[in-house]
Amino acid sequence: MNFEFSEEQQFIRDQARNFLSQECTTAVVRGVLESDAACDRDLWGKIVELGWTAMAIPEEHGGLGLGYLELCVIAEELGRALAPVPFSSSVYLATEAIVRFGSADQRAHYLPRLAAGELIGALAHAEGPGEAVNLQVLDNRLSGSKWPVPDGDVADIAVVSARDAQGELRLYIADLNHDGVRRNTLHSMDPSRSQARIDFDAAVVAPLGDAGERELDALLDGAAVLLAFEQVGGSQAAMDSGLEYTKQRYAFGRPVASFQALKHKFADMFVAIELARSNAYYGAWALSSDAPDLPLAAATARVSASDAYYLVSKENLQAHGGMGFTWEFDCHLYYRRAQLLSSQVGSQRRWKDLVATRLLQAA
Amino acid sequence: MDFEDTPELAEFRREVRAWLDANAERRSDALYMGMEGEQAYREAKQWYLDKARAGFASLTWPKEYGGAGLTALHEVVWTQEVANYRTRDGYFVIGIGNCGPAIMHFADEDARRELLPRMASAEDVWCQLFSEPSAGSDVAGLRTRAERDGDNWIVNGQKIWTSGAQYSDYGVVLTRTDPDVSKYAGLTMFMIDMRQEGVEVRPIKQADGGQHFNEVFFNDAVIPDNYRLGEVGGGWSGALAVLMSERLAISGIQPTGFPQFLGMVRSLQLDGEPVAQDPLVRERLATWYSQYAGLQAANKRMITAVAKGGFAGAEASLGKLVGAVMNQEIANFSCQLFGQAGIVQDEQLSPERAHFQGSVLSSPSVRLAGGTDEVMRNIIAEQVLGMPQEPRADKGMAFKDIPTGPEPG
Repeated sequence: MNFEFSEEQQFIRDQARNFLSQECTTAVVRGVLESDAACDRDLWGKIVELGWTAMAIPEEHGGLGLGYLELCVIAEELGRALAPVPFSSSVYLATEAIVRFGSADQRAHYLPRLAAGELIGALAHAEGPGEAVNLQVLDNRLSGSKWPVPDGDVADIAVVSARDAQGELRLYIADLNHDGVRRNTLHSMDPSRSQARIDFDAAVVAPLGDAGERELDALLDGAAVLLAFEQVGGSQAAMDSGLEYTKQRYAFGRPVASFQALKHKFADMFVAIELARSNAYYGAWALSSDAPDLPLAAATARVSASDAYYLVSKENLQAHGGMGFTWEFDCHLYYRRAQLLSSQVGSQRRWKDLVATRLLQAA
Repeated sequence: MDFEDTPELAEFRREVRAWLDANAERRSDALYMGMEGEQAYREAKQWYLDKARAGFASLTWPKEYGGAGLTALHEVVWTQEVANYRTRDGYFVIGIGNCGPAIMHFADEDARRELLPRMASAEDVWCQLFSEPSAGSDVAGLRTRAERDGDNWIVNGQKIWTSGAQYSDYGVVLTRTDPDVSKYAGLTMFMIDMRQEGVEVRPIKQADGGQHFNEVFFNDAVIPDNYRLGEVGGGWSGALAVLMSERLAISGIQPTGFPQFLGMVRSLQLDGEPVAQDPLVRERLATWYSQYAGLQAANKRMITAVAKGGFAGAEASLGKLVGAVMNQEIANFSCQLFGQAGIVQDEQLSPERAHFQGSVLSSPSVRLAGGTDEVMRNIIAEQVLGMPQEPRADKGMAFKDIPTGPEPG
């Protein structure tokens, strides 16, 4: 048994960490947070140059043909750095959907452009609060609103969930720069990443292969594992910053990190992160080997990571005391991102229910 | 990442399965095998003897010490397979998991060859004698005195919370040999013959009504100097090693309550509806499963580290902390689920043969034994996260000058 990333994968992780620690400081994150920009285009360009958008795309379509494990180590670093780029939307969701379910023509058309960063993709799935999908496609035309669509205002194309004429849930591809598509940026808890409302008015869409509900679930499962790595990376960065701060800050004549009230808080954060990381590792293995228990493993990784990031981001802010509630300190960046990541691809309501369902179905 | 057995491990798994099929009954439920009572003890003795004769005892110990000379991964395979059978595997984990490494590390070669094989087969039963009434989490504050008398040491004092002392032939005991130096410097570790006049074992009646633990009294008990483990005054570092072995040993077998909870959720109907459809139950099921699965995956990561030549450090505290807390919460939630009937603890009437009621009452002990939740958090904070220790009021003082409160109890 070997439950660790390979040396090559760890090398990719080290490279990614080095790159992001220079190119994606929290000052860069704040650049997006504090402006009207939807993402950092410079950083995105550099990420494309490094080939990260091409990683999981087959070589025949201009990709690198690497696996999910490589993507997992990248995801952890993007999460650690709070990267203000549409990577998860474009890579884990839109690109993955086309790689897995697109017709030969769709793959040949979109994948080389996604790999080269000429196109950014997104998943347009939610229709306001709740999980239900009611939008319908008739005669290849879609009408109605999707919100929120993560990175929906920077994306060029979207994979859209909607019902066909028979009322069956299907996946479609929509070109977002066409007539009949109107986009509005939504105010959100984490403006370092964008959320949009997309209004379709008889917009032309094409079915994505013959992908339906099962394929959508599988797509969300894969993204759940990758997002869990982002959440673990962010949790670790938040805890590390809290440790550094409390070891340096003195009160009552001693480092505040020496008080048991804080030590026990940090021990609980460590525990939550270790559980989340371990579940994410198992999810990564299940994803990369297409194991039969992938659906349960993915949902478990997701639940664990969302719980961990919430706990760590709020307790890290608390451990910083009053300074933690200033705009100047970075605590709120993690707190905001934890909220964002635990909403993308569905909240705990969806994923906890899936864990229960899948666990009870298992032998 | 790769979870497949190597050909060698696959072959070992087949051997283990074949032997277990021939020597144990497969289990269909996840009910916890209680550790208490004379019958459990006798079954455990026989089980350990049987597996020793078949070459499955103490798999990672060298053969000359009664082990099988195999790797940590073989141990994992054994643990996975044996979990599917009704056995007493794990009953002597304190003796074998704690005392064994202490003997292996500190005793001389003759003693190792004589004592360890009999420990592995449970022909000799061992207990660990560290805790004292006046030294709980502050283990090094212990007061049991050992004074030199020629080639012997004379021991006086009291230990507490000693699992299995009433059955034990030997113990590993931590004593104070010098009260004039700091509390850590004055400790010495020994093996002790428990079957002697000066050793008296009294069972403790526990809060849950059980009698798993004991008090042990030493009245001029005698230990020959060649039973000393390590240097005079070097007992503390040895004790730390033993305590870390304990956390590792019990992190694999201590109850989390989750398999029992899952079993109950799968089968129980309340008011004509399966509880599996109750949103409150499903939310708890998902949360606890994510912790339970996380522990299992964390264990796999730890094993990978060990297999690669690293060692499992203070991270092992995580398993104990999470499992112990979950165990209590699951028990309480389940009894609350049963409505007014939740209070009834009757094997015939209560769901899952009253497992959860028993667990509500016994679960506090899991959070205390082998280091409390609070000690686990301190270990994680200090040894893993590098947070500074609390200032100590007894720092730099000779043991005899350290202030104490009234005797407990």
